[in-house]
Amino acid sequence: MPANDVSIRIGGEAGQGVESSGTGFSEALTRGGLHVFAEANYRSRIRGGHNFFTVRARSEPAYAVRDKIQVLIALTGETVGLHADALEPGSAVIVDPQITFDEDVLQGRDVRLLRPPLLEIAEQEGNRIMSNTGALAYVAGLIGLPLDNIVRVIEKNFSKKSMRVVEQNTRVAQRSYDQATQDVQDGFPWQLQPQSLPPRMTITGNSAFAMGALMAGCKFVSAYPMTPATTVLEYLSLHGREWGVVARQAEDEIAAANMVIGAAHAGVRALVPTSGGGYDLMTEAFSLVGMTETPVVAYLGQRPGPATGLPTRTSQGDLFLALRSSHGEFGRIVLAPHTPEEAFLCAGRAFNLAEKYQTLVVVLFDEYLATSVRSADVEYFMLDRIPIERGKLLSAEDLERLDGYKRFAITEDGISPRALPGMSPKAVYLTTGDEHTEEGHITEDAGISAAMLDKRLRKEEVARSDMRPPHRYGPESADVTFIGWGSTYGAIREAVDLHNAGGGSANMVHFVDLWPFPREHTREALGNARRLVSVEGNARGQFAYLLHAETGIRVDQQILKYDGRGFTPDYILGRLEVK
Amino acid sequence: MATVQDYSNNVRPTWCPGCGDYAIWNALKRAFAGAGMEPHQVIMVTGIGQGSKTPDYMNITGFNGLHGRPLPVAAGIKLANHDLKVVVVHGDGDGYSEGGNHFLHAVRRNISMVDIVQNNHVYALTKGQASPTTSKGIKTSTSPVGVMDVPINPLTLALSQGATFVARSYSPNINHMMEMITAALNHRGYALLDIQQVCVTYNPAMSNEWYREHVYDLAEQGHDPSDMEAAMARAIEFPGGERIPVGVFYQDETVPSYEEQLSVLETGPLVHQPLRTRPEEDYLQLLEEFMTDPIQR
Repeated sequence: MPANDVSIRIGGEAGQGVESSGTGFSEALTRGGLHVFAEANYRSRIRGGHNFFTVRARSEPAYAVRDKIQVLIALTGETVGLHADALEPGSAVIVDPQITFDEDVLQGRDVRLLRPPLLEIAEQEGNRIMSNTGALAYVAGLIGLPLDNIVRVIEKNFSKKSMRVVEQNTRVAQRSYDQATQDVQDGFPWQLQPQSLPPRMTITGNSAFAMGALMAGCKFVSAYPMTPATTVLEYLSLHGREWGVVARQAEDEIAAANMVIGAAHAGVRALVPTSGGGYDLMTEAFSLVGMTETPVVAYLGQRPGPATGLPTRTSQGDLFLALRSSHGEFGRIVLAPHTPEEAFLCAGRAFNLAEKYQTLVVVLFDEYLATSVRSADVEYFMLDRIPIERGKLLSAEDLERLDGYKRFAITEDGISPRALPGMSPKAVYLTTGDEHTEEGHITEDAGISAAMLDKRLRKEEVARSDMRPPHRYGPESADVTFIGWGSTYGAIREAVDLHNAGGGSANMVHFVDLWPFPREHTREALGNARRLVSVEGNARGQFAYLLHAETGIRVDQQILKYDGRGFTPDYILGRLEVK
Repeated sequence: MATVQDYSNNVRPTWCPGCGDYAIWNALKRAFAGAGMEPHQVIMVTGIGQGSKTPDYMNITGFNGLHGRPLPVAAGIKLANHDLKVVVVHGDGDGYSEGGNHFLHAVRRNISMVDIVQNNHVYALTKGQASPTTSKGIKTSTSPVGVMDVPINPLTLALSQGATFVARSYSPNINHMMEMITAALNHRGYALLDIQQVCVTYNPAMSNEWYREHVYDLAEQGHDPSDMEAAMARAIEFPGGERIPVGVFYQDETVPSYEEQLSVLETGPLVHQPLRTRPEEDYLQLLEEFMTDPIQR
């Protein structure tokens, strides 16, 4: 373990500010010139329980958290025991003297117990809750992060409250920081060496996606709150007034999906974010999307099912759901971004593809990607990275030039020119979930029915050419090729690096564009692979199944995880069978 | 100015001879033409049921979606393009059973739309099962010993949830339907118009003659539609009583509609606004939220 790679974990009860402290620390470390990856780990409750937040900072880009940590901040006594096994030899455990805990759990472990009076300092300068600021400043002192980075985050987060709160927190930070330098005069083995990096962001997958949607011209969003999709609705609700978005919390997911269909049909870019159970309720509406050829973007944030499952945890168990949901056969597109940067781009692509192919685009997320924080260069999030293409959308002038208008005209590529309701007396037509003629009238004619289904499926065949090849990482040729999709990218990528650094030979092929399955690109990427190991967050190896069905390629080993927790590179390498 | 002819097309309805849907269809065409709207300025959103096929038999912009779901579709359309007149047409099964939750929330939302429920007290498309408005004791193919549930009273339900327009009409009287549709079209906010509809095949007991004998016109009784208590008292009369009041039970024109209250829509319909509503350089502000230091410009 290089010394310039530190993982800090904050653990406590829900309501103690574990997540906000972790997020704040991520910002401070990013500002301090480090690359950061942070993972939230919380239970489905509002108060109490045990939540923790792990922040990893290093000089190389960070894509995942590791199994071992070097600093543990325990806001409750219970935290120490729960995370004792994750402590690396030589690591620090920080527990305020006012918090009692069973010291036996550290018995025989090579760890350094530090008991700075953070609560006392906070009470003297302001109030107890400021001890979280103190804890972060204390760790900054421990690992060599200049204090001004913490102060800057304090100013950013508390200046809206009052200058007094900023000043109090700053004093708490200063005293706690000084306490650390006193407590650890002999030095702490993990010291960060900040680099000079351009201005950067700390951002979650959900924030990146929601911001991308806004930049892509999403004008309407409707949803029923459900973890982990809720923050997408919240972001667009909060920013909607200023940025021209109508955000509507619906009475249920069925209403949300149907409202989005109505808005999209009327001509605005519309989004419906949800999670598995909500998506289940929407599946009939999505079949209506297929039949009526309405451009709809659905965000599906996976969490473990069936039923309520583990509501605040992560999963990749809904791949089949995204691919196969809804009755009847129709073409659709499924994208599974792997980083916040990609989530941002996927938002733009999803709206373009939805309008180009006039169908459903599912952006397949999961709780891990939704809530994990990454430091990223701002240049990845610029407006010009989201081009807007509206496909065969007719203007009133285009329509005027046409002889007659058929909303569902059968075309070579299956895509019919789209005129919006209300646009012109020439665009008076029916859109129906019944099978229909090119004009839109209900029909039961056998020939037309088959021709219409062919037309709708043809769009999917054409859309295959818009699917990008999988990402490749590592040496061109290797003994082991890892295959992954969606949010597992980071853990697999770091597993490749660790494996190769230890003398192994591995590379990875990672999929974001999942459907229509990029068959040719896949054969090309995997054709010369020697040993294929798939990594998936589900129990049945859904992607491995898809890969075999689409290309005939079988994987040699599957590394699966379905306990609701995200992958780490250590987990992957611990299970890799090298032959 | 559009005429009834402009709202007609050459697709023939598949309804049974004598079906109340014909009269509702004609009343709609006349009311639309009478309101001075062109066929592309109105969108008819329907669900599933024989009557939900109405837009196929008209020259009109229509969206015929899923069973029970036209109200949320209509809400999405109205919020995306509030220049469109939005008219929902669906049956009692669609509106009060499958779409019951949407009905409650459409009332609360108060987005401008006319909600016409063709209430024939039976499931006709699926050949004669009980509907949520079938009277207690009526025997159908799925209730061989008689319906055990109490019928829904959509009018009291809407009134109790703060509806701003509640009316009832009946298919044997085209002029009354036209009058009610016109009143509903002129309302700001959500307007419920329950139309008692004759089903000659599966509910012959509630025939044209039966309705003519049982209805009475609220307007002729001096009912004041601004009086909520009076409206509630009239609405409770049916189902349950012998007489069926028709007309406008309640209307409050002082309540702003949902879309009137959205500041985003002040500059015009969403669909006519540019996809990016603000200058490109403004979008850097969105990034600042996530920056650890201000962007260097």
